[in-house]
Amino acid sequence: MVAADLLVAQNVGFGIIALLMIVAALRVVTVKNVVHAALWLVIVLSGAAAQYLLLSAEFVAITQVLVYVGAVMVLFLFGTMLTRAKIGAEADLNNKNWGIAVPVSLLMFGVITWVLIDGFGDERLPNPDEQTQVPIQVLSDDIFGPYLLPFWALSFVLLVAVIGAIVLARKD
Amino acid sequence: MLTVQFLLLGAVLFCIGVYGVLARKNAVMVLMSIELILNSVNLNLLAFSSRLGSIDGNTFALYVIAVAAAEVGVGLAMVLLIYRNRRTIALDELSDMKG
Amino acid sequence: MLAAETSQAMSHSAGWFLEHAWVIPIIPAVAFALIIFFGKRLPMKGSELGVASMVASLVLSLGAAWQWIQKINDASEGGVAHLTRAAGEKTPFVGPIIREWTWWQSGGFEFGIGQHIDGLALTLLVVVAFISTLVQIYSLEYLKGDRRYTHFFAALTLFSAGMLSMVLAPNMVQLILGWEIMGLCSFMLIGHWWEDQANARAALKAFFTVRVGDMGLLIGTGALFFAANNWTQANLGVSGFNISGLSAWAMSGEASKSVLTWGAVALFIACIGKSGQFPLHTWLPDAMAGPTPVSSLLHSSTMVVAGVFLVARLYPVFWEGLRIGDTDINFIVLIGGVTIVIAALLAFVQSDIKKVLAYSTVSQLGYMMMGLGAGAWLPAVFHIFTHAFFKACLFLAAGSVSHSGSHHSFDMKKDMGGLAKKMPITATTWIISTLALAGVFPLAGFFSKDEIIDNVGHNGYQAFMIVGLGGAFLTAAYMTRATYLTFFGEARGAAAGEHHDHGHATDHGHDAHDDHGHDAHAAHGAHDSHDDHGAHGPHESPKLITIPLVILAFLALTAGFTNAVPFGASWERFKKYVEPSPAFVMPEPVKASGPGEAIVILDSTRASEGEEGEAKSGCSYQAPAEGEVCYFPAVSHAKFKWSKAALSLAIVALGLVSSWMFCVQYYTRRNRRLVGLTQRNSVLRGGYTFLANKYYLDALYEKVIVRAVAHPIARGAYWFNQNVIDGIVNGAGKISRRTAGWVYRNIDQRVVDGAVNGSGAAARGTGGALRPVQSGKVNQYGALLFAAAAIGALVLVIVNT
Repeated sequence: MVAADLLVAQNVGFGIIALLMIVAALRVVTVKNVVHAALWLVIVLSGAAAQYLLLSAEFVAITQVLVYVGAVMVLFLFGTMLTRAKIGAEADLNNKNWGIAVPVSLLMFGVITWVLIDGFGDERLPNPDEQTQVPIQVLSDDIFGPYLLPFWALSFVLLVAVIGAIVLARKD
Repeated sequence: MLTVQFLLLGAVLFCIGVYGVLARKNAVMVLMSIELILNSVNLNLLAFSSRLGSIDGNTFALYVIAVAAAEVGVGLAMVLLIYRNRRTIALDELSDMKG
Repeated sequence: MLAAETSQAMSHSAGWFLEHAWVIPIIPAVAFALIIFFGKRLPMKGSELGVASMVASLVLSLGAAWQWIQKINDASEGGVAHLTRAAGEKTPFVGPIIREWTWWQSGGFEFGIGQHIDGLALTLLVVVAFISTLVQIYSLEYLKGDRRYTHFFAALTLFSAGMLSMVLAPNMVQLILGWEIMGLCSFMLIGHWWEDQANARAALKAFFTVRVGDMGLLIGTGALFFAANNWTQANLGVSGFNISGLSAWAMSGEASKSVLTWGAVALFIACIGKSGQFPLHTWLPDAMAGPTPVSSLLHSSTMVVAGVFLVARLYPVFWEGLRIGDTDINFIVLIGGVTIVIAALLAFVQSDIKKVLAYSTVSQLGYMMMGLGAGAWLPAVFHIFTHAFFKACLFLAAGSVSHSGSHHSFDMKKDMGGLAKKMPITATTWIISTLALAGVFPLAGFFSKDEIIDNVGHNGYQAFMIVGLGGAFLTAAYMTRATYLTFFGEARGAAAGEHHDHGHATDHGHDAHDDHGHDAHAAHGAHDSHDDHGAHGPHESPKLITIPLVILAFLALTAGFTNAVPFGASWERFKKYVEPSPAFVMPEPVKASGPGEAIVILDSTRASEGEEGEAKSGCSYQAPAEGEVCYFPAVSHAKFKWSKAALSLAIVALGLVSSWMFCVQYYTRRNRRLVGLTQRNSVLRGGYTFLANKYYLDALYEKVIVRAVAHPIARGAYWFNQNVIDGIVNGAGKISRRTAGWVYRNIDQRVVDGAVNGSGAAARGTGGALRPVQSGKVNQYGALLFAAAAIGALVLVIVNT
């Protein structure tokens, strides 16, 4: 492997962001305060957007920021505030038997890691400058071309979700 | 960059999400953990999209984001409803599924 | 994009009706939308739209059928240039009229919609449109004043649209569409009076049972698509969903036998579910909870033949796929034969007239399946045709009896009897249809059923011929029993003019439920106009009910002559116009067209005459030669012999007479030796109990299978709770209790007892309180799920590396 091919900047960036994401994700599932968890989740989601940029998927990254970091997080904060009188820390956010979750997720992690390393090893992604950047036009052609039907189905799902959320949450 | 580094990051996020879903009691926290899982899936989709030089992964990632938004909306509405009816959103107190 | 016409495989002389047959299902579909949105504001509350749309569909279907007959006549006279008539070939190949447009596309796959018109499709189109029209007319009166009158007609019309589009389907996608629409409408209509818990349950049961089968349809379609797509694209230029493409693929000999078998098995499961065949027949009798017109249209004459239709439509797939091993024995025969006997026996122990008819339907569908399995394709399709008329007539007559004779009751033993004098038209039509169903000589059922039995025996299934004959005996016997109980003997209950106690004046609130009549609700809100039933006892039904009955009875009398095999080949019109009789054919140089008229018969000598007097048609088991395509397997027809017909007629007569004698003795004379025999004789009692419990199949499904699937999972979680978590909790509880006890015994014995007892109770309470908290939790099930997935993945990885 030639050193020039290693793309030091990207790799360092990946490492830092990945570390940040993992730490933040762990905080999301361990922190005792719901609002703090939501804020840690913002970091994970923004980090994911940054990773998408590294994978040269700009449009998805932008959508990630708009939809997730913008809309979904606001929803979470609303949900938290509407259901919890107190915003502060709580003693028991975990199940009584949260212990079994640790071996289960570790087992899954072990299996997946083994399979991934076994399967992909040191296979390299095409360099960003070699591969064609994904123009939004191509993406939209893909969505409104061969994948039009899933797009319609998705629109329908969103409509149903909106109506369903209103029906569920309104007070009668 | 290696393919596997993105995939491994996805795996880590996925397992953390699974842990959160299983261990957390608060329904809102469970929903957040599900978001972690969905993001790890997106990371995988985009990594493979980049690896194969195909645009389809990006398309599906966008669809996943949209579905996730719908899921959060409905999920939170359900949480609100449960909270209104029971004054709690602790999932382990919801034992209607007890067999 | 949607309307892009991709193929134009039609000829110049096909005729307007044939080319535009795709309009037929669209008319009722549009009518459905109009009824739903504007029906309530119309003068007849939307029913006129339903009837009008069905009449329009019927006219178009008849026009198409007429042009098809013309086409075949032209072809057989050899006057048409584009049809190459081969020497020595009696009936030249007239290709189906296929038109297909792209409906949608996704990820590179195209899904088409259009029409595939041939004799089979036209037969079903005419039958469905015709029976739908009559049933809708009948419903005008039968459901008069019902609270969901408009919705009823909307659902009925949508059902017809679904069935018609399924019958027309050129590919599996459209077939699934129509199939599912029918399932939905069936659910809506069975549960039409959903206020009654039993009806809602019956609707759910029907829906779920059929859904079990529908999974097979989806899986089978998918499997066949991926197996066949490359072949069909390469050879015919059509997708792997295309019905003629699949047929040709199945006959080509290049299909992988195992894929074909599994695809056919999956599809056949769907057919079993929809057509109420043996293991999944339990929903059909329960479906009688719907209004009688629904039972007549959906659950006897049209919808339930969808499964039979699918087998007939994709015949090569089932023919090749369900052949057991390399033998000529087909699995379908087994299912059909078992169904005939099982359902016919069940019909004997029913006291609900509609359930007798329901089991009779199941049994007759068994005949159709058995015929198809045995290669008697034409007699089976012909049986669909004739059966539709007399079974619809029987159901409508039953509805007429309950409407005007027995005061909305369907119980033959309690509320009927002696109605022949009171309701002469209903009784006459009923008896004609009964004789037709039993297979008495000049009536419709004889020509179709006898042909099935004959051909089953002819094709080497001697045992199943005996099953068929036994079924004929049983059919004659149980129908005689039902006839006797309903129309002869002494009048009982409501038929005798007794006033029922279901409280007319207070009945409007939907909470008063008649305990023995499904259709008691028909009277809801209708009592203002119907209130006089009870007053002057049973009487003949109004004209809107009797006219459809008379028309159907007339057809039950005469429909058989469309294919009257005994009178020689010139009478076999149905065979001439419906049976596909292609030899090995070669498609035009493949461009984007289905196998339409542009097909030249290559080699007609292979479609050779079979043994003496047995015209063979289609291709044989051998794979066709290079470049040739075969659309239909070789089937041979039995030669009609009066000796064989006489045997089956004698059996039918024996059934009719013996059952009549028995009924007279048992129900009217109350013969001591017969009455109560099922109580006295332990063998008979056992048999009766077994039948009365429907072979315990429902119990098997609900108690054993559902438990076998659901319980181990629940039990696993429970075991986990009990042994792992409760162990910890209980251990803690025990320790604290022991501590408490130790404290009690050794130190605090002399201190206040109450305090000690309190601490013991508290410790026990803690253990007890923690236990329920820990079971039935989503998290635990989730944990088990993920752990199982991880372990499963691990096992797969280890196995594969």
